Amino acid sequence: MVGQHHDEGAPALSVQGLGKRFGDRVAFHDVSFEVGRGEIFGFLGPNGAGKTTTVRTLATLIAPTSGSAVVAGIPLAPENGVAIRMLIAVMPESPGLYLRLSVAENLECFTDLYGTANPRERIAWALAEVKLTDRAADICGSLSKGLRQRVALARALLSDPRVLFLDEPTAGLDPVAARDVHDLIGQLRERGVTVFLTTHRLEEAEQLCDRVAILNTTLLRIGRPDTLRDELFATTLAVSTREPLPDPAAVFAGLPGLTGWRQEDTGRYVLSVTDPTLTAPAATRALVAADADVLSISQSRASLEDVYLELVAGESGGPR
Amino acid sequence: MRISGRRVRAIFRKELREYRRKTSVVVAMATIPLLYIVQPLVSVFALPASASGQLRHEHVLLYVLGIPALVPVLIAAFAVVGEREQGTLEPVLTTPVRREELVLGKALAALLPSVGVAYAVFAIFIGCVRVFAEPTVASSLLQWSQILAQLVFTPLIAAWSIWIGMFISTKASDLRVAQQLGVLASLPTVIVAVLIALNVIHPSLAVALRFALLLLVLDTVGWRVVSAAFDRERLITGTR
Repeated sequence: MVGQHHDEGAPALSVQGLGKRFGDRVAFHDVSFEVGRGEIFGFLGPNGAGKTTTVRTLATLIAPTSGSAVVAGIPLAPENGVAIRMLIAVMPESPGLYLRLSVAENLECFTDLYGTANPRERIAWALAEVKLTDRAADICGSLSKGLRQRVALARALLSDPRVLFLDEPTAGLDPVAARDVHDLIGQLRERGVTVFLTTHRLEEAEQLCDRVAILNTTLLRIGRPDTLRDELFATTLAVSTREPLPDPAAVFAGLPGLTGWRQEDTGRYVLSVTDPTLTAPAATRALVAADADVLSISQSRASLEDVYLELVAGESGGPR
Repeated sequence: MRISGRRVRAIFRKELREYRRKTSVVVAMATIPLLYIVQPLVSVFALPASASGQLRHEHVLLYVLGIPALVPVLIAAFAVVGEREQGTLEPVLTTPVRREELVLGKALAALLPSVGVAYAVFAIFIGCVRVFAEPTVASSLLQWSQILAQLVFTPLIAAWSIWIGMFISTKASDLRVAQQLGVLASLPTVIVAVLIALNVIHPSLAVALRFALLLLVLDTVGWRVVSAAFDRERLITGTR
């Protein structure tokens, strides 16, 4: 029996200690997280980290070997497969279109499978969302990779899912098409659709996601991109002068909030600070007092890519 | 478990659309049965009028029952492994469709053209016999009981052949292997048809009824067996 929970406050996805093994090989293990309704959740990790297997597990395509999950309010269990799949949609990494059928025929098959009301209107809407209205009659085999990706995205929108799993949705898209997809994801958020986004494009995750999880077989870190940055990297001020400072230690000594400094290049210094709003004015005054020609003082922030590399490279013992 | 007719129809319709656009499938479906009837037609055309008395006690027409055993297995063998190779299986499996619905939709879609082709080739066979064989040979050969048997047994044999092909398709990792194994697996059915045509197995009404009942049971069991063999996880990941 399906145990549905339509509590508005309940998370769209709740995963507790989930794991999957294929014989001796561990695909992922002990993964726990929650995704709120309407949240855009990024799922990052290197190849073979278990991202796609996690998506397939949550989409009821494969059975977990440990742990539990609740997907769209329904407990993840074999007997609930149909009920869960009614409420979710998955856009796999490979579009998987029927290449001999037209775009509209591909979508018709899926509206029939979902039992969508007013299928023609729904197909027209989905094609409009991905800007493919004029390609409805085209045979999918004749479309470029990017256009096929957009058809697959339209297909994922047909059932008006509560949770949408997107596996590399912008792979193979040109920058304009990728921006359209980003806009579409933003609109989905406004409509309350929960988006579970698997991507290798870290700038995409940083731009779109409310929170991200970094997976490498097990969950390494989860949080807001800026929180992860702050947790892993000190805030720094980059100071650039026309000439190298004769005695930088003397200039930077005693600056409020300074935790350390290093010289990166000729006339370029990186100050690790706790509060840049406190340190930056004091550093400016100290530099002027030292008669230095200041070219710039700017706050530099680690990117999500830095966070990712720090966690994943650290995990694998690779270079940082 | 409730089977959704709507989802079965969705798969059925999609499959038929694909068949229509797969020239190789259409050509194979038309060519193989036509080649299959060449030899018996030539033999019948060569028969003198004096052979008609002997023909009344033979069942040459039932030789054509080999066609519904051979044709559907080729397309049924594609049903699962072909989609898996094309990468189209995973998106379908993420929809609410049950495996029983998926395999039933695919089987019905394979059944319709297979039965159509078998009936059409049978009609061609009869037409050629009427036009080109000795009139007394033709009237001896074309017995209503055998025509009725052809009409009844064609869908039953085709369905059995489809379940064999689909079972192999769910287990195979390569399309060509699936098709070769499918043809091999359909040979026993073809051999039975040939043995009946050659009067080695004497086709009485009782034998026909027993065969029909057996095929009905096998066709029902076949759906269940193929559904059980359709393992989402193994088909998606290739492991388990």
